[in-house]
Amino acid sequence: MSLKVLVGCKRVIDYAVKIRVRPDKLGVVTDGIKHSMNPFDEIAIEEAVRLKEKNIVKEVIAVSCGPTQAQETIRTALAMGADRGIHVEVPAKEMEKLEPLHVSKILAKLAEKEQAELVIVGKQAIDDDTNATAQMTAGILNWPQATFASKIEKKDDFLEVIREIDGGLETIKVKLPAVVSADLRLNEPRYATLPNIMKAKKKKIEKMKPADLGVDTTPHFEVIEVTDPPAREAGIKVEDVDTLLLKLKEVGRI
Amino acid sequence: MLSVALKPNTRRRMAAIILSTSRLFSASWSSLSRRTLVTTASRCTEAQARAQFYTDEHKELQRSLKKLIDSEINPYVDQWEKEGQFPAHQVFKKLGQAGFLGVTKPEEYGGLGLDHSYSVAMSETLGTINCGAVPMAVAVQTDMATPALARFGSHYVKEQFLAPSISGDKVSCLGVSEPSAGSDVANIKTTAKRQGDDYIINGQKMWITNAYQADWMCLLANTSQGQAHRNKSLICVPMDSPGIHLTKKIDKMGMLSSDTAQIFLEDVRVPVENLIGEEGMGFTYQMLQFQEERLAGAVMTLSPMQTCIQSTIEYTRERKAFGQPLLNNQCIHFRLAELETEVECLRALIYRATDLYVAGDDVTKLASMCKLKAGRLGREVTDSCLQFWGGMGFTNEVLVSRFYRDLRLVSIGGGTDEVMLAIICKLMGTLPQLPMKK
Repeated sequence: MSLKVLVGCKRVIDYAVKIRVRPDKLGVVTDGIKHSMNPFDEIAIEEAVRLKEKNIVKEVIAVSCGPTQAQETIRTALAMGADRGIHVEVPAKEMEKLEPLHVSKILAKLAEKEQAELVIVGKQAIDDDTNATAQMTAGILNWPQATFASKIEKKDDFLEVIREIDGGLETIKVKLPAVVSADLRLNEPRYATLPNIMKAKKKKIEKMKPADLGVDTTPHFEVIEVTDPPAREAGIKVEDVDTLLLKLKEVGRI
Repeated sequence: MLSVALKPNTRRRMAAIILSTSRLFSASWSSLSRRTLVTTASRCTEAQARAQFYTDEHKELQRSLKKLIDSEINPYVDQWEKEGQFPAHQVFKKLGQAGFLGVTKPEEYGGLGLDHSYSVAMSETLGTINCGAVPMAVAVQTDMATPALARFGSHYVKEQFLAPSISGDKVSCLGVSEPSAGSDVANIKTTAKRQGDDYIINGQKMWITNAYQADWMCLLANTSQGQAHRNKSLICVPMDSPGIHLTKKIDKMGMLSSDTAQIFLEDVRVPVENLIGEEGMGFTYQMLQFQEERLAGAVMTLSPMQTCIQSTIEYTRERKAFGQPLLNNQCIHFRLAELETEVECLRALIYRATDLYVAGDDVTKLASMCKLKAGRLGREVTDSCLQFWGGMGFTNEVLVSRFYRDLRLVSIGGGTDEVMLAIICKLMGTLPQLPMKK
């Protein structure tokens, strides 16, 4: 199989960290805070590596956009089994303003450049929760998309994907080349074993800038303010359903 | 220009040689510094790399181990502490599969043959487990029961005992301490008498970690008469051998999920092939691996101490008294700053000792200092932090009280503070001469 798969992985604030809003209210504190690979991207990498182990895919290329530290994320992907990495250098200040549209353009260009037939990304990043990159990448490439994937199976020249949707599970067929976004239950990512971590040392990470791919990273949005959500107020207990309905009417909720 | 081809140590030594010869010729420093082969820039990056201590591979190892801990170990720690035992075989198998039990062990037996800095990286991450018992049990397996075996054992014992310990299929324990000999290792009474092709072992061992779950024990016993430092040997003893009896579990104040017991050995028969290395060398072998054991013990306290300080900051930020957060009291934030400073000092000492050890130096003095400081600082940090938690600190519902109990052992186990002090004094030349024994 000559299938090449491109996997996007983003370096985000670790899920266990208590986020604090910056004093200037334009973002959250990131200095000295623990970062790790976006959990949904870990699932994406795991799926790509599994496809390789099943001989469905020949090469797994891990891509990350960000400052120098993004290389750590790529290295984790390499330790998990990706073959090589591409680091698209975006300085820390610019990274704050990098939008899904920019990333989608970058991934689309790389997919063309590398002649990848499959692009897998996490369904959303846990810092901005935009859930847009997979969809826009597919749009730019004019490829079919299978988002919120909880199972991927290759059949001949198409993929059969089970998607997690509000109503339950939906099974669709997408022809290759395609873009897939990974949902929580797609798989359980492996621990990079120590032998693989050592092997990853020899794997290559190519560096480039968005400009090299002809992508303009001028922001289209401006963040006006970032604040904490309102503190949760205490609730009240009612004895029965009638009182509940009365109370809801009182506060104008129904 | 000398570039990355040379190891940092070599570059340093060459720079030192160049500097000293230059001074001999009393040339002007600035013109010579331009001509020396080590430039300021390279010295800068070298210094940064040394200070960072961990390379990308070390960090990747730590990331992977942390993931394993977060999903396979930490969610169950509270339960294990209540039950008084953690499932060693289960946990060791998971660690073994990921390659974490053989970091410095020979590749032919399933290990990775990496240098000791990787072992230190692993020990530091093991400290993120929410109790002291599990890291301690792992350390017994990797840094106490197996180093001598890996270095001096025959192919037979390595196959029988080392390989399955690295893969996580077998759990080990270390049989050195006895009821009447803890610090005084030379004074142990357990004997292993040669009888044909076997050793017949008689004696008692005390404070044995993993005793109930171990498949084999690395036993130190007297195999001949003569000088106490030359008459002992290390022998691998399968724990299902007839004649081995365990007392009921020792009821300890901390390290609750670790099963600790006293072991009686009555005419336990073990083939002579189970000897590690040479007869009479047991004491020396044990001494050799003490540097690693003490560095491991010290490193494992760093993360718990960091966790205590960090969680105390968060708690006192939320907790209010007299109209403001507790953290606003200078006595609290200043004290936490003092503790943070001390932890950083210990960290620097540990990293320096490890660097020198990896470079091939003897670090007995530094390793003993690390262990001494870790034991004492662990008590200081947990005690101060517990105080700031107030009433909550006194309950069993918070991590700080568990670390208060667990870290108390560090000053006692693996070599008491007093033994560490004696070693340092000996190396300082201040230890009084003992009267000659007749």
